[in-house]
Amino acid sequence: MTGYPPNPVLVLVDTSPSGVLRSSAAEVIGAASAVGTPVALAVVPPGSADRISAELAALGAGYVMISESADFGTALVSPVVDALAAAAEALSPEAVVVSNSIQGRDAAARFAARSRSPLAADAVGISRDEEGIVAHHSVYGGAYNVDSAASAGTLVVTLRQGSSGLRADPREAGTEILNVSASGTPDAVITGYEESNTGSTRPELRGAQVVVSGGRGVGSGEGFALVENLADALGGAVGASRAAVDAGYVSHAMQVGQTGVTVAPDLYIALGISGAIQHRAGMQTAKTIIAINKDADAPIFEIADFGVVGDLFTIVPQLVSAIEAKRG
Amino acid sequence: MKIVVLMKEVPDTWGDRPLNLETGLLERAAADPVLDEITERALEVALTHRDSHPDTEVVLLAVGPSTVPTSLRKGLAMGADRAVHVQDDALLGADMTLTAEVLAAAIRSVGFDLVIAGNLSTDGGGGAIPSMLAEMLGVAGISSLSTVEITDSAVAGRLSIEAGAFDVTANLPAVISITEALPDARFSNFKGIMAAKKKPFETLSLADLGVTTTEDDSRSIVIAVAQRPARSAGIRIEDDGDAGRQIADFLFQNQLIKGRSA
Repeated sequence: MTGYPPNPVLVLVDTSPSGVLRSSAAEVIGAASAVGTPVALAVVPPGSADRISAELAALGAGYVMISESADFGTALVSPVVDALAAAAEALSPEAVVVSNSIQGRDAAARFAARSRSPLAADAVGISRDEEGIVAHHSVYGGAYNVDSAASAGTLVVTLRQGSSGLRADPREAGTEILNVSASGTPDAVITGYEESNTGSTRPELRGAQVVVSGGRGVGSGEGFALVENLADALGGAVGASRAAVDAGYVSHAMQVGQTGVTVAPDLYIALGISGAIQHRAGMQTAKTIIAINKDADAPIFEIADFGVVGDLFTIVPQLVSAIEAKRG
Repeated sequence: MKIVVLMKEVPDTWGDRPLNLETGLLERAAADPVLDEITERALEVALTHRDSHPDTEVVLLAVGPSTVPTSLRKGLAMGADRAVHVQDDALLGADMTLTAEVLAAAIRSVGFDLVIAGNLSTDGGGGAIPSMLAEMLGVAGISSLSTVEITDSAVAGRLSIEAGAFDVTANLPAVISITEALPDARFSNFKGIMAAKKKPFETLSLADLGVTTTEDDSRSIVIAVAQRPARSAGIRIEDDGDAGRQIADFLFQNQLIKGRSA
């Protein structure tokens, strides 16, 4: 074990098919730094090791493991799971931390199944008590806070995206090119990939400090310009209720709620959203909630710190102007 | 082709979902059990395939307590051919790894070409079981498909991730999970409900499946549960023509508007 840092926590970072580090890397490394030394593992196409290694050290990894896989980009998950297994074998970490992204959770789930390790899914933080690593969860739409731990073995944690603001300081990190033997487990084949072209300067919905969401009351896709204007005035992200998504106003990627993104911003503004319990499940842990709805009986008002019964089409433009004016 | 559809009974998101603060377990008596909507959509994918491929057998599989048969009957009424329910007191509070071990054993005993599950349940929301099953069964897995094409030898579709979308294909046998981008489930009619009563329904225990659990297994356990204080309503006003300015005042007073540089 010489050469490995003390108290290693193995952190799998997400990378794109072309080998670019996903933005979630800073969050998982930061969260792991609270309980040990983050050892970052990245699976990348051949030839990317030096660049990725420097980026991971800058994000606070105490040690970097790289698996350069020729299959990465064509095999869906096995190169990542095989690398995780090899890294865990070498390190014997107390915990493995992975982003709860769609790809991250698949790799974590397969690794947990392969190693018969306990899995703590969709955690919002990690800490340590006298008995070991503890994962914190926010369940049933934030109605309960639940802590979990491993009865024995390595705890595999998937960390909810945007849930942890902890960031680690840059440091010098040794790098190791992992020698990974392929498990040969049957895997799906990637036949195409398209990066979504957001082209947006707005913050990502996950982890945003301010979220402005629109519901069916916004009335149309064009009407969402109003939601966007307010979001831009506040430097926030744009979200939507399921009703607005189902009505085709905006894409599913913007859906906040039970079956969409869960957000916990400092400020959440709900425009024309009735506040069905499934929507509230995705936003009710926001620090401050403001709601505008023409229906005085809308359930969103039951949880709003500041509720306005009225027409969002007149109130929001006035609000945007007032914000601009106050800022000077 | 044999398709196993994983069904999950969850507490209705429209009602109360109380956790016992001592055990961390759901207070089942106080919650309404329903089929998770996403698993109904998974069933719809299987039934749609059978509509055009009549030699397909659709088997429902669920793990859970004594309320589960009622939920599974609903799936049979929609058109599934038979149902398998794994029920065992030793599964109370089972973590995902144990749940996956049990499901994998049941799927092996049923036999399968394709397993279809929902991508995320509305209760646990872990989204890990389908990939755990693929690993334990030693087959390919694709999660979070927003389109699905099933042929005799393969399953393909579009896997949307946060930053883009993959087109993927896997040879059968395989495990997939689907998202709510796929169609809502069909309704069951009276004929389906009557027929469901006569469809094969099998109940299995851990002993039947040859699964054993011991105190020494590595498991994820709940060590603390706390209820968040319920939110209460704050100020509510009717717009008299200056509500926009009032909200701006509220934001400034509470320091919720940062400077332009922020």
